[in-house]
Amino acid sequence: MTDLLDDVRAALSTVLDPELDEPVTTLGFVRSCTVDDDGVATVTLRLPTFFCAPNFSFLMVADAHEAVSAVPGVTAVRVALLDHHASSEINAGVAAGGGFVSTFEGEAVAELSDLRATFLAKAVVAGQDRVARPLVDQGATPHELARLRLGDVPASADLDRLRSRRRTLGLPADDDAPLLIHPDGSPVSSDQVPLHLRRARLTRVGIETNGEYCRSLLHARYAPTSGAGQSPAVAMAGPAARR
Amino acid sequence: MYEKDGEKYFVVDSHCHYWDASRENWKPGREEYAKGWIDCFYGYHQLGPPETHWDYEKYLKVSEEDFVRDVFDEGHVDVAIFQSTYLKDWYTDGFNTLERNGSLAEKHPGKLIANGRWDPRDGEKGLEQLEADVERWHLRGVKLYTAEWQDGSRGWKLTDPMSYRYLEKCQQLGIVNQHVHKGPTIWPLNKDAFDVHDIDQVATDFPQLNFIVEHSGIPRIDDFCYIAVQEPNVYAGVSVVIGALMHARPKFFARVMGELLFWVGEDRMTFGGDYNIWTPKWQVEGFVDWQMPDEEAFTDYPRLTTASKKKILGLNAARLYDIPVPAELQLPPAEVAEPERPAEQLIAGS
Repeated sequence: MTDLLDDVRAALSTVLDPELDEPVTTLGFVRSCTVDDDGVATVTLRLPTFFCAPNFSFLMVADAHEAVSAVPGVTAVRVALLDHHASSEINAGVAAGGGFVSTFEGEAVAELSDLRATFLAKAVVAGQDRVARPLVDQGATPHELARLRLGDVPASADLDRLRSRRRTLGLPADDDAPLLIHPDGSPVSSDQVPLHLRRARLTRVGIETNGEYCRSLLHARYAPTSGAGQSPAVAMAGPAARR
Repeated sequence: MYEKDGEKYFVVDSHCHYWDASRENWKPGREEYAKGWIDCFYGYHQLGPPETHWDYEKYLKVSEEDFVRDVFDEGHVDVAIFQSTYLKDWYTDGFNTLERNGSLAEKHPGKLIANGRWDPRDGEKGLEQLEADVERWHLRGVKLYTAEWQDGSRGWKLTDPMSYRYLEKCQQLGIVNQHVHKGPTIWPLNKDAFDVHDIDQVATDFPQLNFIVEHSGIPRIDDFCYIAVQEPNVYAGVSVVIGALMHARPKFFARVMGELLFWVGEDRMTFGGDYNIWTPKWQVEGFVDWQMPDEEAFTDYPRLTTASKKKILGLNAARLYDIPVPAELQLPPAEVAEPERPAEQLIAGS
């Protein structure tokens, strides 16, 4: 079963916190992950606060369910979000294969694809800062940056990530696509580069700072030394997530 | 007043609380939410320096003596502004109501200001209540928490039609300072509850009101900054920015301050210590000592001068609330010159 467990973990590492654009595995949101002899995978997730936004929380549970279900050899999947104000609704809704609207009847009027796309678009803006910043530091001019194609940029994990997010949104991602683009995919002209880069960095600072808040609060909530304020069930749950 | 290296700082804590999260106040049947809320605050509390951490039980409800000592005697605060948050869906007597805050404020005239609140879901009755609150408490400001749960509803937007009625009423009644705080829920739930674009619209439609966006719009600081740079009546409350980042995540604190200084500017940033999430002492002292790091990554962010720190720590909020500032604590006229506005110039040039 070890190999299957590794496959399940690998599947979970493809699940992103849509708001932070980071895998739930590196964020520490996976508290436990097991596979029994019959191929039944059980995953428990935990979040930084009891009141984390229900829409993002739902997406992570649903995405985890979908990713693990697709692993060959897995016969059934149980995903449970713990210690959250909407745990019972979300867990039941995802288990029943219902969407967000049916899970939160009367409280939601659409599924979450628009929400997801909004945050992917932010990730694409922030990703341009990640890729362009080293070039700016090396002295690249606005004129040069505006002409730069993805194929001209040195290979990096940040570049792969940017391409992948762009593809998901249907934005140009091939070698001849410009590095700097507006949210609609149109190229950034050289006189627009300074403002574009400032906004890209602002967006990146925003997302990364949110990530730090979440890590800090998750640690405060579940660190073994922090006593009061957490439920006894959690206090006894033992070591942190499998990474 | 805080004095360091011969400089004197007039301190206005524009975002603090006097809450009652004691178990006796957890509404029967809603205990898990009341506990969940204060536990969330307790998580933030632990992002301050370890020597400032309190026991959970004490954290649930501090005494009047605690407040006076922590905020005024030890915390360097000259004037503190209470931001009322009702949460009566979870707390029997409310979390920190205007009545609770106002009663304490009346015992410390000139040092405490109690802000009210409004909620468009209260309808016509709420408008009458707002008038009564102004009569009773002479409100200059309100706290608006858009994620408050109420009778099955999980929140609202500033652009809701009824919200406009309240903003008009505030304009009539002279409640000029609207402190906005976004939370994780709203109707409909599929939308991003933290989205700040409704602030953009009402700031344009109500130019005589000030919109102080608490926590600087975090977790949507990117959208917030881009709105603030274009709306002169939008302010960045730096509550939670200092408290949660300055000690726990100093590099991120520097980045966030850098972005705020660039986009919003030092004339529209207001200090808030968020008592009793944290005490103000370490925040005031740490901020006065703080400077942007010298590393390459921070070189194109504005630097903080002593004058900028004086504005952020107190003078900006004093202006919003017409708080008299002793002459020796004001800035000399030479230092209140029209500041540079790099972000506005950048936008205008693009």
